[in-house]
Amino acid sequence: MSHCAEAPENGAVLLADNTARIALIGNPNCGKTALFNALTGSRQHVANYPGVTVERKAGNFTTPGGRAIRVLDLPGTYSLRARSPDEVIARDVVLGRVASEALPEFLLCVADATDLRLSLRLALELKALGAPMALVLNMADIAKHRGIVIDTEKLAGMLGMPVVASVAVRKAGIRELLAFLDERVALGLPAPKPVPAWEAPDRHAMRDLQRQADTLIAACVTMPAQTYSTTARIDKVLLHPIAGLVVLFAILFVMFQAVFTWAQAPMDAISNLFDWFGVLAGHVLPDGPLLSFLRDGVLNGVGSVVVFLPQILILFFFILVLEDFGYMARAAFLMDRIMGGAGLHGRAFIPLLSSFACAIPGIMATRVIDGRRDRLATILVAPLMTCSARIPVYTLIIGAFIPDRHVLGIQLQGLVMFGLYAVGIVAALGVSFIMKRLVWRKAQHDPFLLQLPDYKMPSPRSVAIGLWQRAKAFLKRAGTTIFSMMIVIWALCSLPLAPKGATQPTIDYSAAAWIGHVLAPIFQPIGFNWQINVALIPGMAAREVAVAALGTVYSISASADDPGHLGGVLAAHWSIATALALLAWYVFSPQCASTLATIRRETGGWQWAALVFAYMLALAYGAAFVTYQLACLAGLG
Amino acid sequence: MLRQTHLGSSDAGTTPRDMTLGQAKPGFKGNILAVDPVGVQGSLPEEELERRLLEMGLVEGAEIEVLHQGLIRRDPIAVRINGRATFALRRREAGAVLVVPA
Repeated sequence: MSHCAEAPENGAVLLADNTARIALIGNPNCGKTALFNALTGSRQHVANYPGVTVERKAGNFTTPGGRAIRVLDLPGTYSLRARSPDEVIARDVVLGRVASEALPEFLLCVADATDLRLSLRLALELKALGAPMALVLNMADIAKHRGIVIDTEKLAGMLGMPVVASVAVRKAGIRELLAFLDERVALGLPAPKPVPAWEAPDRHAMRDLQRQADTLIAACVTMPAQTYSTTARIDKVLLHPIAGLVVLFAILFVMFQAVFTWAQAPMDAISNLFDWFGVLAGHVLPDGPLLSFLRDGVLNGVGSVVVFLPQILILFFFILVLEDFGYMARAAFLMDRIMGGAGLHGRAFIPLLSSFACAIPGIMATRVIDGRRDRLATILVAPLMTCSARIPVYTLIIGAFIPDRHVLGIQLQGLVMFGLYAVGIVAALGVSFIMKRLVWRKAQHDPFLLQLPDYKMPSPRSVAIGLWQRAKAFLKRAGTTIFSMMIVIWALCSLPLAPKGATQPTIDYSAAAWIGHVLAPIFQPIGFNWQINVALIPGMAAREVAVAALGTVYSISASADDPGHLGGVLAAHWSIATALALLAWYVFSPQCASTLATIRRETGGWQWAALVFAYMLALAYGAAFVTYQLACLAGLG
Repeated sequence: MLRQTHLGSSDAGTTPRDMTLGQAKPGFKGNILAVDPVGVQGSLPEEELERRLLEMGLVEGAEIEVLHQGLIRRDPIAVRINGRATFALRRREAGAVLVVPA
C-alpha cells in the first residue's frame, strides 16, 4: 500500500504490514489519553493532573472500514520547545529523532474544545513541520453544554487542516473521528520524512503563533457571556489561602486514617486465608522439608506481604481519585511556598505524596518537574517518605512492643505510627534543605508555572483501571521478587540440616545463622541480633520482605508445633530498645533495590543512586544507634 | 528596554500607572501590556522565561484576572487568562508581565 513507509533514514523499526501509524499530540489535560483509550480500548490510566502521561503508550485498532491503525499516545505538551523529559519525547517522536520509534504518518492534534487558545498555537506549530495532520476538538459535548459554538468548517479552512469533533469519554463520541480516519487512510499516507533542521520558535515566533491562534478563535468561536463556572466556585474554597490548606490537611488526615481503619477487615481476611492454607498444608503433607518449605517459606513469607494489599490500594484510591478530580494541581499550588522553604518545588508535592504508596511511581512522577535541580531534589528525598512497604515492618513492631492503650485520649500505637510518618517527612524536608545549602547554594530558582485544570467528576472506570494496575504490580512483585527471596531465605535458614541428635532448632546450624553472626559486630552497637541481620539482607530486595524473613527465621527456629504469632515471638525475644532501634533504622534505611535502580534510570547515572544509598544508610545507622543507646540508658535494654 | 518605554509613556499620560502582574491583588482585572522578563531573577535565561510565559498564553493584549493567592507572602498566584484557562505562577515570574487595570 502506498502509505506503507520506506525505512526512514534514522533506521526506525517498521511494521511489516500495511498498518497506518498515527500519533496523538496535545496539551496536558485535553483528554488525549481518554481519546487514546477510546480508540484502542487499551487499559491505561486517565488522570487530570497536567503531565500525568509519563510514558509513551501505543495501541492498535481497526477502523469500521477495516483499516489497521497503530496509534501512539504522546506525552502532553504546550509546545514542541520541549522542556521536561516528557516533552522531549513528544517532540523527538514528531521530528523523527527517536531511533526506536517509527515516524508517525499522520498526526492528530488533540484540543480541548472548551479552551482552544493553547491547542491552536500548538497546532500551528505542528503545521509548520509539514506533516499531514488534523485537529481533533475533544470534549465537544462540554463545550456545547457551555454554549461555546465553534464553526469547524471555517476553522478548518483558515487553519488549513481537517477539523473533527470528538467526545472521548463516550463510545459514540469517536464515530466521526473513526470515519474521518477511514477516509483519510484510504487516500493514502505519504512516507513521512524526519525534520532534521527544526528550530525551536523564538519569542517573536511564539507571539506570532499565539496571535494567529487568537485571530482564529475570534473568527471561528463564539463564546457565551462569561459566567462563573463550577470550577471557580469550588476554587473559592479549595484555593483559599487558609481554608484551602485546612481542606488539604483534612484530606491527608482522612486518607491516612482510612489506610489504617478501612484496611483492617480485608487484612484480617487475607491473613486468615493464608493461615488456613498453612493448616491445610499441614493436613495434606507429611512433616518434613517439603511441608516446612511450603508452610514456613512460601505461605508465611508471601502471606505476610500480600496482607498489605488493602492498605496500598486504599492509599492509591485516594491519590487516583484526587488526580482525576483535578485536585492535585491545586495541592501543588497550596504547597509551593510551604515546601519552597525546604528547597522543594510545588510540583514535588504529587510525586512525594505518591511516594507514601511507593517511591518508584513517585520518582517516575518527578518527570513533570522541568527544572533539573528541582527534580533531583525531589528524587533524593522521595525514598524518605514512608512507603507502604515500611507499613508491614512498622505494624509488626508497633503491635508487638507498643502497649495498646490511650495516652491523653489518643491511641498510643496510632500515635507512634503517625510519629514515624512525621519523622520521614521532617527528614525529607531537612535533607532537601541541607542539599539546597550545600550542593545547590548558588542555584537560582526554577519557575513554578502550572495549569489548574477544570474540575471533573472522577471516572470510576479510570480509577478502577488505575487500582487494578497497582494491585497487579504489587501481586506480581509478591509472586516473583518476594517469592524467590523467600525461597532463598528458607534455604539459608534450613540448610545445612541439623546434625543427628541436635538439641537446638535447625536454624542454629544453618547458613543464615552463620551470616547473621558474621554481621553481628557491625549491628551489635545498634542492638540488632543475628536474626535481624539475616532479615536485613533480603530486605534489600524489598523492605517488606524483612517481615517475611523474620517470620521464616523465627518460624523455623520455633519448636515444631508452635508457629506462634510473629509479634508475640518477637516480644519474647527482643528488648524494647532493639525494637525501637529497628523502627528508627527502617525510617531511613535505603533498603529497596528497585528504588535505587529507578533513581539510576531517572537520573541517568549511578552517582545519584549511590548518594541516596550512602546518605540513607548513614542516617539509618546513626538514628538506630542513637535510639538504641538512649533506650538502653533509659533502662529499656 | 521595553519596560522603560512603557513606564515612560504612562508617566506622560493620564492612563493608570503601569504595574506588573507580580504586584496584582486577587480580584485584579486587566490586560497585558508587555511580557518583559528583564531583571527577573531565576534559573532561566530571560528569553526562556519569556517563552514560558508566552507558552501559557500570556501575550500582549490578553485579558487577565487574578483569582487566588497563597498563604505565605501571598504567593503563588492563580490567574485566569482570557476568561478561560487558569494558571498558577509565582509572583517573581509574574513580575515579568506588565499589566494595565481594566
